[in-house]
Amino acid sequence: MNPFWPERASVYAGHIDLLMWAFTGVVALLAGPVFLLILWFAIKYRRGQAADREHVIDQSMWIEVSWAVIPFVLTVGFFVYAAWIFVGLQRAPADALTIDVVAKQWMWKFQHPEGQREIDDLHVPVDQPVKLVMTSQDVIHSLYLPALRIKQDVLPGRYTSLWFKADRPGTYRVICSQFCGLDHSVMGGRFIVMRQADYARWLATSQVDASLAGQGKALYARLGCGGCHDGASAVRAPSLVGLAGQATPLQDGRVVTADAQYLRDSVMAPNRDVAAGYPAAMPTYANLIGEDQVTALVAYLQSLAPARSGAAS
Amino acid sequence: MSTAAERLEPFDLRSQKRRADRFGMFVFLASEIMLFGPLFVAMAVYRVLHPQAAAETARHLNLWLGAANTALLLTSSLLVALAVLAGQNGRRRVVAACLLTAALLGVAFLVVKGVEYQAEYVEGLMPKIGPPSPIAGRAPTLFMSLYFVSTALHAVHVTVGALLLAGTGVGAWSRRLPLPKRAMTVEVVGLYWHLVDVIWVFLFPLLYLAR
Amino acid sequence: MSPVHRPETVEEQQSYLRAGHSLRSWLFSTDHKRIALLYLISISAFFFVGALAAAAIRLELVTPQTDFLTREGYNRAFTIHGIVMVWFFLIPSIPAVFGNFLIPLMIGAKDLAFPKLNLLSWYIYVLGGIFVLYTLAVGGVDTGWTLYTPLSTQFANGHVLTIAAAIFIVGFSSILTGLNFIVTIHTLRAPGMTWGRLPLFVWSHYATSVILVLATPVLALALVLIAAERLFGLGVFDPKLGGDPLLFQNLFWFYSHPAVYIMVLPAMGVVSELVTAAAHKRIFGYVFVAASSIAIAGVGFVVWGHHMFVAGQSPYASVVFSFLSLVVAVPSAIKVYNWTATLYKGDISLDPPFLFAMGFIGLFVIGGLTGLMLAMLAVDAHVHDTTFVVAHFHYIMVGGAVTAFFGALHFWWPKITGRMYNLVWGRIAAALIFLGFNLTFFPQFVLGYLGMPRRYPVYPPQFQWLHDLSSAGASILGVAYALPLVYLVWSLRRGPPAPANPWEAFGLEWTVPSPPPKHNFDTPPVVTGPAYDYRLKTVRKRR
Repeated sequence: MNPFWPERASVYAGHIDLLMWAFTGVVALLAGPVFLLILWFAIKYRRGQAADREHVIDQSMWIEVSWAVIPFVLTVGFFVYAAWIFVGLQRAPADALTIDVVAKQWMWKFQHPEGQREIDDLHVPVDQPVKLVMTSQDVIHSLYLPALRIKQDVLPGRYTSLWFKADRPGTYRVICSQFCGLDHSVMGGRFIVMRQADYARWLATSQVDASLAGQGKALYARLGCGGCHDGASAVRAPSLVGLAGQATPLQDGRVVTADAQYLRDSVMAPNRDVAAGYPAAMPTYANLIGEDQVTALVAYLQSLAPARSGAAS
Repeated sequence: MSTAAERLEPFDLRSQKRRADRFGMFVFLASEIMLFGPLFVAMAVYRVLHPQAAAETARHLNLWLGAANTALLLTSSLLVALAVLAGQNGRRRVVAACLLTAALLGVAFLVVKGVEYQAEYVEGLMPKIGPPSPIAGRAPTLFMSLYFVSTALHAVHVTVGALLLAGTGVGAWSRRLPLPKRAMTVEVVGLYWHLVDVIWVFLFPLLYLAR
Repeated sequence: MSPVHRPETVEEQQSYLRAGHSLRSWLFSTDHKRIALLYLISISAFFFVGALAAAAIRLELVTPQTDFLTREGYNRAFTIHGIVMVWFFLIPSIPAVFGNFLIPLMIGAKDLAFPKLNLLSWYIYVLGGIFVLYTLAVGGVDTGWTLYTPLSTQFANGHVLTIAAAIFIVGFSSILTGLNFIVTIHTLRAPGMTWGRLPLFVWSHYATSVILVLATPVLALALVLIAAERLFGLGVFDPKLGGDPLLFQNLFWFYSHPAVYIMVLPAMGVVSELVTAAAHKRIFGYVFVAASSIAIAGVGFVVWGHHMFVAGQSPYASVVFSFLSLVVAVPSAIKVYNWTATLYKGDISLDPPFLFAMGFIGLFVIGGLTGLMLAMLAVDAHVHDTTFVVAHFHYIMVGGAVTAFFGALHFWWPKITGRMYNLVWGRIAAALIFLGFNLTFFPQFVLGYLGMPRRYPVYPPQFQWLHDLSSAGASILGVAYALPLVYLVWSLRRGPPAPANPWEAFGLEWTVPSPPPKHNFDTPPVVTGPAYDYRLKTVRKRR
């Protein structure tokens, strides 16, 4: 194990290491002379030591401006580059494999789109963009994958996301990096990057109840959502077919996109953003179902509007 | 017994000390503004994000009582301004009358606020306690949370201010606060009260006039 | 040195130290110099409490498992370490001790503008301290010093309310001290002491005081909201009640980022004094150094979002905060360059105060540059919430501010106590602190980049050697900090009496006896020249 950087599981990780080392070099160049000068002056001009102390100046506008501006100019390029690649982390490519993540004290629950579930360990295929859509059931956690050089806080009541493309198979670490209580330091597991064939085999042999959308469909039936939302109902409720990803006008005049956040809130806090033209009559299901079940319902609703919902989250 | 010069220390001149007292109160008021400022920002952001919830929930507040409170505070501030002038002219009885009345108006404000809180309790708008809530949903609940926090914090400041006004009024009356020599004390207490008033002048529209 | 207790000098007999001997005369004194000593004793006591917590942390981290503390115990240890060190040691340290003692002397005044308010500030500090000690006695808190919601409002066990009360109370002490300093500097400057002639120590404390007055109330509000949620269920931070946990982070960091400048600006003011006095030469770029303090205070208010890059904050807001965080580094860099230029063609004495100043510059620069690394968005995504951040802020807070505190102690000790201490031991302490500090915290940069999270008592076994280096360094640092306690206290009885100006430095505080009389100046001073006018002194010497 080298003491300078952890294992790299992606090309991106290598970019971060390079950025870090290059920047270290630049600041060493800016600071090194200062340290050397201080030491040299302390020796050369120490009291009792004969030296030329004539013609002392004690201010100079152009010196001040140069040593303010030059270091700034030398470092700002790094900042721009770092900002650019960081913003790039926020928007996943359209073909990303979406894995849903629910964090709770003190475990990580990962759910693959075909329904495979895992706790604390995360298996992903190599050379495939993977997008993590994450929420918390309780406090703020943070998913940290040191081998990829990325992390993202996971909040209750909200979805946050992170995407990556791993390109070196291996076993790395999954860590919680936002203090979340008693067992914060043992909330983690293995991050396993597998070759495509191995990943496919793992998927096949993992316990699968149903695909995520299939689970959502079963839940939809069990909870009786169709009682209001299906066409034949006597109650006026918005139709859910084709809703996901669509622009939806609200009671207060705003128009929002029916993304994953909106769909989740409609189930858990339905009176927050009521659809225009409908009464605020839907009950909340926050007491009946948990975050992972909402995730399944959202996946089902997204499957009812496949053309639009891919880019919705 | 300390000499007059010693009582003035570390200042040499009374005029210096007066300036410092006034300046000191302004600095303190700046800190009070930073205490309420984030609340105002939060409420303004909330109004932009949830205009409909704000309007609907604000209708549960008693506009008339809120307006009455505004009138009470504005009147009391007028009396305090008069007291400051009177203090500079050495008219201790006027000072005492104005300050004590202003303090009473402050107490009246607190009574009205108490009546409002009581009504809100009965209607079920208070968190955790009382009958079931007539408002549902996260945005309305947040509005009421912001309402209770900001008005309670303000009420604490009204209480402190009323006590200061009363104390200064009694001091003026009993001559323990010699006027116009110590007129700056009246001014400094007056400044505090004016800020308490200004904070309400911001709170009132943000909370009650959202409808 | 003779072991015989030297008799008191005439100066000592007439000094503020002898103006009243009873406990009452100390506890009810409105003399800024006595209040400074009251603060010195109380913050030292809390430094000791915070250091004990640090010792517990470093002892636990010697091994990869939890064998010294439980996980719960470790969480409480780092929480109390942070809270005590930040609010009960660092924030008051230089301002409440040296600011209080020196500002009136430096501007030629008899006391601060509001002496009774000054004493009240100390009592409020003590009251806050009692709340902390109570919280400790009943088991402590486990939320981290940052008190993030909803952990602190809904899920934390432990006494969140009492610790919030402690911090809230001590915040008032901060605000009143800042208020006192601002009014004093505006209204009590001696004739001829214009703003352009103020010592840089005073400039930096002025900037600090503006932050104290304007930022601290925001923290007070954040704590009130936590209490409201815990006590009354008001859900400003609870998503289920419409609130937003990120609102807490915004409020908290809006205060806590300027707070780090509260901790470092006074230290920089100290270093300016130490450097110019050691070099026996006017500071280079006085105007720029003074203005940089104001600039740091101002820009410091608009960078708080750099603590929230991965918190769920808008990436575009993060870009703005990242850029502003680079901007705020510029005035700090200006100071470092100016200090260096001051040494050029100086007449430098390598006494302990100067060694501490050099230590500050070295450690602060490393801290500041690693801060720039953290301000780069993509880098922060890797090292945020790791020990890299912990190392960064300890380089600034401990390597910087605490070193400057010790530098101030060694520089103004003769003025404050009237006694000189052993300079050889002073130099040893400075060197030991510098070495011990680097050994403790540099490994944490390495660990952080390797992926060692902060607030973890357990770690993979391959990290152990780095943790052991760090813990070894911490033991050296502990000894190094205890050392001055020994020789400085020794000097109180056995040290030679100090002259009015033992360092031949420039400044009004050096024109009064050591220790000063109660009223500071027998005749009010009149200032006729610029600050640090050492050429005048050199000219006089040559005659």
